[in-house]
Amino acid sequence: MRTVVIDPVTRIEGHLKIEATVDDGVVVEARSTGTLFRGIELILRGRDPRDAPRITQRICGVCPTAHATASTFALDEAFGIADRIPTNGRVIRNLILGCNYIQSHVLHFYHLAALDYVDVTEVATYEGSDPGLLAAKAFLGRGELGPFVPRYEGDYRFPTDVAQLLASHYVQAFDVRRKAHELLAVFGGKMPHNVGIVPGGVTQIPEVDTIAGFLWRLNEIRHFIDHVYVPDVLEVARAYGDYTEIGGGCGSFISYGGFRLESGRFLDSGTTSMDLAPQELDVGKITESVAHSWYSDDGESRHPTAGKTEPAPTKEEGYSWLKSPRYDGRVYEGGPLARMLVNYGRGNEKVKGLIDHVLSALDAEPAALNSVLGRHAARAIECKLVADAMADWVLDLVPGGEVYAPYEIPDEGEGAGLTAAPRGALGHWVRLKNGVIDHYQCVVPTTWNASPKDEQGNPGPVEQAIVGTPIRDDENPFEIVRIVRSFDPCLACAVHLNTPRGRSLGRYVVS
Amino acid sequence: MPETREIPVVWIQAATCSGCSVSVLNSAAPKITDVLLSEVIPGRHVNLRFQATVMAGSGEPVVEVLDAAAKGDPGSYVLVVEGSIPTRDGGVYGTLGEEPMVDRVVALAKNAMAIVGLGTCASFGGIFAADPNPGGCVSVGALLKEKGIDAPLINVPGCPPHPDWFIGTIATILVGGLSAVEVDELGRPTRFFGRLIHENCPRRAYFDEGKFAQHLSDEGCLYELGCKGTIAHADCPLRRWNNGTNWVIGSGAPCNGCVEPEFPDLISPFYERLPEEALLVPRKES
Repeated sequence: MRTVVIDPVTRIEGHLKIEATVDDGVVVEARSTGTLFRGIELILRGRDPRDAPRITQRICGVCPTAHATASTFALDEAFGIADRIPTNGRVIRNLILGCNYIQSHVLHFYHLAALDYVDVTEVATYEGSDPGLLAAKAFLGRGELGPFVPRYEGDYRFPTDVAQLLASHYVQAFDVRRKAHELLAVFGGKMPHNVGIVPGGVTQIPEVDTIAGFLWRLNEIRHFIDHVYVPDVLEVARAYGDYTEIGGGCGSFISYGGFRLESGRFLDSGTTSMDLAPQELDVGKITESVAHSWYSDDGESRHPTAGKTEPAPTKEEGYSWLKSPRYDGRVYEGGPLARMLVNYGRGNEKVKGLIDHVLSALDAEPAALNSVLGRHAARAIECKLVADAMADWVLDLVPGGEVYAPYEIPDEGEGAGLTAAPRGALGHWVRLKNGVIDHYQCVVPTTWNASPKDEQGNPGPVEQAIVGTPIRDDENPFEIVRIVRSFDPCLACAVHLNTPRGRSLGRYVVS
Repeated sequence: MPETREIPVVWIQAATCSGCSVSVLNSAAPKITDVLLSEVIPGRHVNLRFQATVMAGSGEPVVEVLDAAAKGDPGSYVLVVEGSIPTRDGGVYGTLGEEPMVDRVVALAKNAMAIVGLGTCASFGGIFAADPNPGGCVSVGALLKEKGIDAPLINVPGCPPHPDWFIGTIATILVGGLSAVEVDELGRPTRFFGRLIHENCPRRAYFDEGKFAQHLSDEGCLYELGCKGTIAHADCPLRRWNNGTNWVIGSGAPCNGCVEPEFPDLISPFYERLPEEALLVPRKES
């Protein structure tokens, strides 16, 4: 028996440690540890509620727009203006969030995940004229290989020409993700940490030139998604077919839904298992356990709005700064795969068409989606779905039309803001007293996915996905980092402190 | 061909949202791939030894890179610190490679040629050091002072910093050495942080005329809506953001003053007018 410790797990967002106990070449136990605590919810107490979308964005520099979105939804509700947001405001919020979906998904596949599959040193023998690859070749020739070496060695499978092509896409994708942020800035002002999404709507009135500029920037990115990103995911899937059998998680999936339309949402909410028969989401069933988290514990799991949590960094049973969110007492996985499965099960034609296309290209059954490659494929499909929809949404904007509904801040109020963040289900809960924040709560995607064991001893989704995996070489545990990265963990989001005071906001059912 | 000089850079992330890293990825000219792969200045290559968001490796092999830098030849690398550093209870609120981040930063700082505090958290404490500062987070400068480490420090604040501010500072160091970077009393390069937003704001004429926006998305100066451009030193109005696409006030939002040591506690509420006397308050010690 040997324990493999990976700290830090790099190419994720935030600070994560993974410990895996390997017995006879197979992982028998895994522990996922969030290693940084910042306490943003404590910082919010007593502040002007309008500051919350700006401050909560600083939870995560990779997906700040999702926090701005959840926070403004919660505040719209607390201010009693949720039904007064002008159409332009609603649409621009979706566009800003959508831009960051694209940025996040492209960044994840190429810059966070691909180096686990593509040996970039194959570029050393490149003979063509691609400037990115020539620069990479010169770089390799100089022999100082940081930040690409050291790395785990031994399981790069692409022939040289394919590896070189994928390496050129790695370079190209840096431009694409940058341009997705430029697209976001058209209406969001700047990125990271947009300034456009505010309670009441957004800050910038769209005009014909900004709408056109947005559309054509978007179209360039859509071309890359269709002709490079989606095909590259299939290329990786073909070379690493065994990864449709590795990394299956708990098999239960949760989606809060995302992108508000005139009625309903572009991506539906719900829960599902691999039977693909989704159930309605009942947010009242969400609880958080701290049995194995570094917070003091009275043995009870609570709805997030009633969380009772104080840091206890020396707690014997604790091994993570993450708490353990559970739904109806059970472990659930969130993220693009969860959203695609829920929407597939609901019969969403576009989702069904794209997933069936991918499955037939790989000659695979839907069950194969619960895997490392299933998560990558679902992310690419979602990226295309959202990008295509944005091209329609931007044309719903009325040039010169209002974007913002003025309001008074009430003394008292409460609200919940639930949305789909790139990495999964994101919820913010706020309560106001005397016109300032009395209580603020975030339950974020990676807290679901990378959570430690709960009070019943059930491991979190990432831990479950690692257990049972054969490890070929425990000096180079590729399998583990590939599984972990397929979740696109965001530890900066996941580690937060719940305020010690709180009461239930009741049950929220998201339709 | 003359030999390329490799400039080793170790970039450590402490209590951060990684937004500084993501912002630097947004660099347009040079592009981030130019910075990583090519000679960012002819004859000089930034050899990024450690950067957890982009580096290939994980776990023990990359921790050895940190240890080797801290124990290697003195003054052989530039240290970039992103994020503030949790110090409460011996630093247990933030660990990296199974050691408190504070110990790693101290060890690396002692041995560095120069240190760049990247972003407002590293420069001044920022968001995670905001009241009640649950993790006991401090800026790099405060940590160096407390530990008696006398290493040259340049602060490149911003939440996040503009990529040009960071790349431009690094390029200046590569061309002319540390002494080529002219800084203000807060250690910020004056090239980027020398003037107030207010001095170059395209809405300045509204301010002078007394035409103030009453609600977000209105025409007019945003001063009444909480704009902190009157006290924030940065070249955002001229440089603009995301490859010149737009910027904060350009999108109708008030400046949050994110480059200043007072961000966020003394500069918030973000959407409340700055008291006029605040303009006259002497700057606190950073």
